[in-house]
Amino acid sequence: MGALLEIRNLRKDFAFGSLLSRLRITAVDDVSFHVMPAEIFALAGESGCGKTTTARLILGFEEPTAGSILHGANRKGRRRKREKVWFTQGVQAIFQNPFETFNPLRRVECYFFETVHNYGLSSGRKGAETLIDETLKAVGLSFREVSGRYPSEFSGGQLQRVSIARALLTKPSLLLADEPVSMVDASLRMSIVNLFKRLRDEFDVSVIYITHDLATAYYVCDRIAVMFRGNVVEMGGVESVLMSPRHPYTKLLRASIPEADPSKRWKARISLTDIEHEEYLRRGCRFAGRCPEVMDVCRETVPPDVDVDGVQVKCFLYDEATMRTKGREVAADVG
Amino acid sequence: MTGAGGGLVLRTEELKTFYVLDAFGTEKIVKAVNGVDLEIRENEVYGIAGESGCGKTTLLKALYSAIEPPLRRIGGKVFYVRDGEEIDVYSLGKEEKRRLRWEYVSYVPQGSMSVLNPVKRLKDSYGDFLESHVAGKTRRGTLAIAREHLHQLGLPPKVLSAYPHQLSGGMRQRVTIALAALLGPRIMIGDEPTTALDVIVQRGVIQLLKSVQETLKNTIVLVTHDMGVHANVADRIGIMYAGVMIEEAAVERVFEKPLHPYTQYLIDSLPKFGDKSLKQSAPGSPPSLAELPGGCPFHPRCPHAMDVCVQKMPDIVTIGEDHKVACWLVEGDRDGRAA
Amino acid sequence: MRVLRDLFKDYRFAFSFTILCLLLILALLSAFSPYDPTFWWHATRDLRPSWTHFLGTNSKGQDVFWQATYAVRNSLIISVIAGTVSRVIAILVGMIAGYRGRLTDRVLMFVSDSFLVMPLFLIIVLLAMLVREHMNLVNLGLLLAFFGWAWDARVIRSQILSLREREFTQTAILSGTKTMRLVMKEYLPFATPLIFSTLINNMAWAIGMEITLAILGLSNMDIPTLGTMLQWAISYQALLLGWWWWLLTPIVLAIFLFVALYWLSVSISEYLDPRTRIQRVGAR
Repeated sequence: MGALLEIRNLRKDFAFGSLLSRLRITAVDDVSFHVMPAEIFALAGESGCGKTTTARLILGFEEPTAGSILHGANRKGRRRKREKVWFTQGVQAIFQNPFETFNPLRRVECYFFETVHNYGLSSGRKGAETLIDETLKAVGLSFREVSGRYPSEFSGGQLQRVSIARALLTKPSLLLADEPVSMVDASLRMSIVNLFKRLRDEFDVSVIYITHDLATAYYVCDRIAVMFRGNVVEMGGVESVLMSPRHPYTKLLRASIPEADPSKRWKARISLTDIEHEEYLRRGCRFAGRCPEVMDVCRETVPPDVDVDGVQVKCFLYDEATMRTKGREVAADVG
Repeated sequence: MTGAGGGLVLRTEELKTFYVLDAFGTEKIVKAVNGVDLEIRENEVYGIAGESGCGKTTLLKALYSAIEPPLRRIGGKVFYVRDGEEIDVYSLGKEEKRRLRWEYVSYVPQGSMSVLNPVKRLKDSYGDFLESHVAGKTRRGTLAIAREHLHQLGLPPKVLSAYPHQLSGGMRQRVTIALAALLGPRIMIGDEPTTALDVIVQRGVIQLLKSVQETLKNTIVLVTHDMGVHANVADRIGIMYAGVMIEEAAVERVFEKPLHPYTQYLIDSLPKFGDKSLKQSAPGSPPSLAELPGGCPFHPRCPHAMDVCVQKMPDIVTIGEDHKVACWLVEGDRDGRAA
Repeated sequence: MRVLRDLFKDYRFAFSFTILCLLLILALLSAFSPYDPTFWWHATRDLRPSWTHFLGTNSKGQDVFWQATYAVRNSLIISVIAGTVSRVIAILVGMIAGYRGRLTDRVLMFVSDSFLVMPLFLIIVLLAMLVREHMNLVNLGLLLAFFGWAWDARVIRSQILSLREREFTQTAILSGTKTMRLVMKEYLPFATPLIFSTLINNMAWAIGMEITLAILGLSNMDIPTLGTMLQWAISYQALLLGWWWWLLTPIVLAIFLFVALYWLSVSISEYLDPRTRIQRVGAR
């Protein structure tokens, strides 16, 4: 298949509480997807859906409770413990807050030189500087601009570019970007987002773009997986999933995005849930408590993943067998 | 449509508030609000947009008269208009200011925890509130008022017996808005009330704000950098850049025919569903408020910058009905875009 | 240096730095002392301050001024040894416990807490009594160091624990940095103001302990230190007999030393505080 990264049935449980009362929350539950080379893949959802935990699992900062994460050539089952994927598999990461990404008391170039030194990318100071300068040019900066400066001397947008440059130094094949532009001003976001597109087109870098901002995800990504409370509820091409959403949660999400167009104001009122943490502990479909089209089976059993025109939807409404027993038609394709 | 009342409810005149910082001998002056003239009307939702660091939060603090060192008011005035009479906010005594707070103007901050007392149940917070502003009611009486109020806004009254940390972020924010609306203030100021919230929750909170405004027929001043929120809820928008208001118009005008180059960049760069064409940001980055360029603060990034832009701050020009711009390009050309 | 210039703007630093310089000069003068500090009877006893004896003489026939130079020198040596050795232990323990966590952390903190709850004073007194013959400057310094690290180890550990959660730790890890280097390069700058101010506080504590031990008669009385000078003056009834120059010299010197150390620690740690440092960094 040639996938760069394959996630199979990934599961991560967190346990809270003391010896007497332990609460187990499944932050990531039976998640499977794959990322192809030179592709921007969005992992989208609201807070608490498990997207950041999935990223940490891929990076190896957390150990999965079950399931496997397979990188490129290494397709033989589970990774060895504590494998440093940034060294062995060419995976790097970019974080949300550029001012937290760097130590405010150190010059940013220190991280560049350390990376060069630790990965053995170049020998000698001169060689390192040339390499760093090249990489910075790729993001629209230069070594001269960056040299000798502390993080507080940059703007958010510039610093995020610096962060991307640091990640690019090791020529990764996969970049995990966790909300890379949510803390960058609206007027500067596009330049960074366009940068991701360039990386995909010119350098064959794949990006896992983690975000809750569906509008930007629509603009920049090729494929998208929508997550809700640890499950992937809908996954497919971004045009398909976001322009004609099928899963009731995706529909609700899409409809709730305030569009930058006064003629498209919200008409209907929605009611909000107060029972967030209960949703994690549900037996069946996690969205059953709020779904406008909920059926009894939804509360009891976890829905299967159904393929609807190339989009994978985790919902009984699209499952032929279930709908037939109810004497109903499978839900119409157009959301 | 709202705003039809036309009467003013808040006015500022050449408002200037700077942060004066002194770290080990080097003085730094941050010109957060650098000469702002606002006229906010009754019965409207007025949105203030702009990126972080443009001074909008400081402007709100000045409007709410919550100015504390190192923030100082360097010049200008803020007037509340009450029953046709203008009140100069900064000439009021402490007691008068306290009376105005929450009864005439209330404030919803970004983090709701700073309004709600974390060690008190909500009913106690509400009770304290009502007692200090409404005389002659027993604790049971105030509780009944609170319950009725929440019910009217569509919130479950049972949240009154909870502590703030037991509620979700969205519910906390809605409860804070309900608290801010409790005494029927004429102005409600919201500082990024939905920024930290999820999309669906954000919709609920925005809808609550809308319904409060429709019920009380008051004014809401909403600050957020999310243009989508403005598009959905605001009647008029003011765009702020580097401490000054550079454009102000009805929300449809701003999205259809922005006149200031910065606003044009801003609107053009917003991602839209169904549109995969290339979007561009404005070049360069916003100036630091401590080192503002001379003249128009946008000129270093503006592709149409002229000599006069470098030297003088543009005057505010009114185009058509109600569209104000601060740009030298718009002087002579009253109709088309300044392109 | 620019750093010194910035620091001098703070009056506290200017004052304490000057005082400490003067005291240091005083200590260095001891190398030129015409008298051996351990000998008695090299001058007439109980003389008032005069031109030949700037601070007079004491009942043992020693010149008070030259004794004082030795006293300052020795007290400083003890406190410097105590302070630096205990810092080193505290840093090592705190950083290892903070970064490793889990079992290592538990064990190290258990040891550290034991030191905290022990009645330090009694144990020091006991040990001092036992090794009185071997109690020279260095040994006293080491003894005090052995008991002075526990509190700061815990403080440094908390600092490390919170820093571990910050994102730049992940950036450093992704840059390939190994643990020790990460802790040294990334976390130490945050811990520096802490370490510095506790160093100076520790030094002040060491001097105080030294004086206390001397007054209890537990240190080697032949070696002149601020404490032993005071102890001799007390045992010879200097107060009653009115020989104020002998009594006041160690007291005034000790007071100056304490105030100077305190102000030095406060002004330097304010200067090094990461929050103000970050502000300053931009204003360069």
